[in-house]
Amino acid sequence: MVTLKELPTTELFGPGHRMCTGCGPAATARMTMKALEKPAILVNATGCLEVASTIYPETAWRVPWVHTLFENAAAVASGIEASLLKEGKADAVDIVAFGGDGGTFDIGIQALSGALERKHDFTYICYDNEAYMNTGIQRSGATPYGASTTTTPAGSKIPGKMDAKKDLIGVCVAHGVEYAATACVAYWNDYITKVRRAAAVKGPAVIHVLAPCPLGWRFETNQTIKLAKLAVQTRYFPLYEVERGKYKLSMKIPKPVPLEEFLKPQGRFRHLFASEFAQNLEELKRQVDSNWNRVAQLCGETGA
Amino acid sequence: MAKTVSEKIVGMNGDEAVAFAAKQADVDVVAAYPITPQTIIVERFSDYVANGEVDTQYVCVESEHSALSACVGASLAGSRVFTATSSQGLALMHEVLYLASGLRTPIVMAVANRALSAPINIHNDHSDMMGSRDCGWIQIYAENAQEAYDWTLQAFRIAEDHRVSLPVSVNLDGFTISHAMEGVAILEDDEVSKLLGKRSPTYKLDPTNPMTFGALTLPDYYSEFKRQQVDAMSSAPPVISAVADEFRRTSGRQYSALSAFNVEDADVAIVCLGSIAGTARTVATKLRSQGKRVGVIKIWQYRPFPTAELAKLLSKVKCVGVIDRAVSFGAPYGAVCSDTASAKVMAGIETKLFNVVCGLGGRDVKPTDIESVFETGLRYARGEPVDEHVSFVGVRD
Repeated sequence: MVTLKELPTTELFGPGHRMCTGCGPAATARMTMKALEKPAILVNATGCLEVASTIYPETAWRVPWVHTLFENAAAVASGIEASLLKEGKADAVDIVAFGGDGGTFDIGIQALSGALERKHDFTYICYDNEAYMNTGIQRSGATPYGASTTTTPAGSKIPGKMDAKKDLIGVCVAHGVEYAATACVAYWNDYITKVRRAAAVKGPAVIHVLAPCPLGWRFETNQTIKLAKLAVQTRYFPLYEVERGKYKLSMKIPKPVPLEEFLKPQGRFRHLFASEFAQNLEELKRQVDSNWNRVAQLCGETGA
Repeated sequence: MAKTVSEKIVGMNGDEAVAFAAKQADVDVVAAYPITPQTIIVERFSDYVANGEVDTQYVCVESEHSALSACVGASLAGSRVFTATSSQGLALMHEVLYLASGLRTPIVMAVANRALSAPINIHNDHSDMMGSRDCGWIQIYAENAQEAYDWTLQAFRIAEDHRVSLPVSVNLDGFTISHAMEGVAILEDDEVSKLLGKRSPTYKLDPTNPMTFGALTLPDYYSEFKRQQVDAMSSAPPVISAVADEFRRTSGRQYSALSAFNVEDADVAIVCLGSIAGTARTVATKLRSQGKRVGVIKIWQYRPFPTAELAKLLSKVKCVGVIDRAVSFGAPYGAVCSDTASAKVMAGIETKLFNVVCGLGGRDVKPTDIESVFETGLRYARGEPVDEHVSFVGVRD
């Protein structure tokens, strides 16, 4: 674990970007740049982070940074790695690809799969705010059951998204990656440690970091970190890492906070508290439990 | 033509010739995905890698979209980059094509031209590249394996020239060129390295000099970016011509934007791209022996379109028949004919013009088909009315 004191004071993700107040992904980007110890080259998939950090002729990035398309960040990173290998500079540079949940779980998963299979030496960071926030809060494969988005609106008949969240880490682990981990923007220490581990791996590594979006989740902008903590404390978002296929819980939650405390402050779940959708609230709770038990079992921590 | 060194002729098909050119160009990174009829290019290159004949990072990607994306990444990082595709692969790359030109990444890509689905077909026409003709790439069409080899080599110099800094596609007709064995005159490795040198990028992804590439650009600057791409495209012809001169001094073979055959005193000329040109010249020669004044204009450099050079040739003939090997559905003319018509209008020339669509999905374009195009042109030139401004040749009714 790192301490605040040993983190660099340099801001490689500079102030002046146009991410929203209380933006989880912006905090993630800032921490990432403090975590990386080698000179870095960044690839950014289309999304909030890209759009709001580089409005020409300005840029918030003090590192070489490239945005190309929505679904190809991992492929572009592959090409950069190939170029550095040819130059004999691959070991001196950390290549990091940032993608949102849409760019990772959905449209970019093929390129990610290919890059993981080919074992390129890079770190893929998926900042997950659980919907296509940049285009106006549409559902993605990372949107949880029951969440209201603009393409799964909570209607009088259908209360939000009826499909469950995809298991991204499971998909990545199935590719045999040496290191994969979940993280949460509220636990900076855990996140920075994991980014450093991921970057140290020779080959691909994946970090799936939960980064709340006040606009899309519909909560007060000063509540981001509190909500992110609640996501972990309620077992909604388990923190774990997978090293060479071995799962390990990063944080045991023996006494989980009731899920309602995480859901209630968020507009996207408000409808689940109406009496006619009580069974849907129960279903979401069931899915959260089941996911926690699945992860705990993989980590050999059934009682955690 | 003078040749400085003894010529070496090797039996190769078009795909092999392209792969060999990429090998001699000493490319740093190849990222590619197989598709018929481009496959031999990636297979031969894989052989070079497997046998240690090249010092190239070869990324065997999971799709054409990723192939070109990886090429963009590698090119931005400063590498000399090559890829190859065809048909659906090029279509899958479509958005990446615009990315590559918009980010001004020098990349050389061979396109073994093949028809687009549906219905699925693996044989030649130009619907793949024509569907992406406005993507901001320099587009070259080869007539045979020799030209595919020669243009692939030249393409690296053109793409990487700082005045241009654009991707280049070298098109070769699927199967007709890609799979047909020919004697190809090759250069020595050291001649190629002298000709191409090493790439020296102006800007690249470099931790010692951090830069942002691909920033969001809104209405206040977007047009200027596009204008700069237009300027880069306009800068290409003199560069292409200088590279062609240098190439001639090494190889003895001369290239330019287009090639004219018996056009000076012709009544009728055919304008075409790619392998059809050979058939057209053979037929033209036969008709000449019958006293019919016909010629052929082959366009090598389709983008940037050689508007002025073509207009100069058009002004010499009474009638021109333009062959399109792709359909522009709902458009007044096929793509090549539209461009030819534009060149005519811009130069204020009265030359009569008609459009023929043929050779779709690998349909053989026979000498008799070409002859019928010339005969139509001759009738039109004599003042007889033309039946159809756009007609299909060699197609059942």
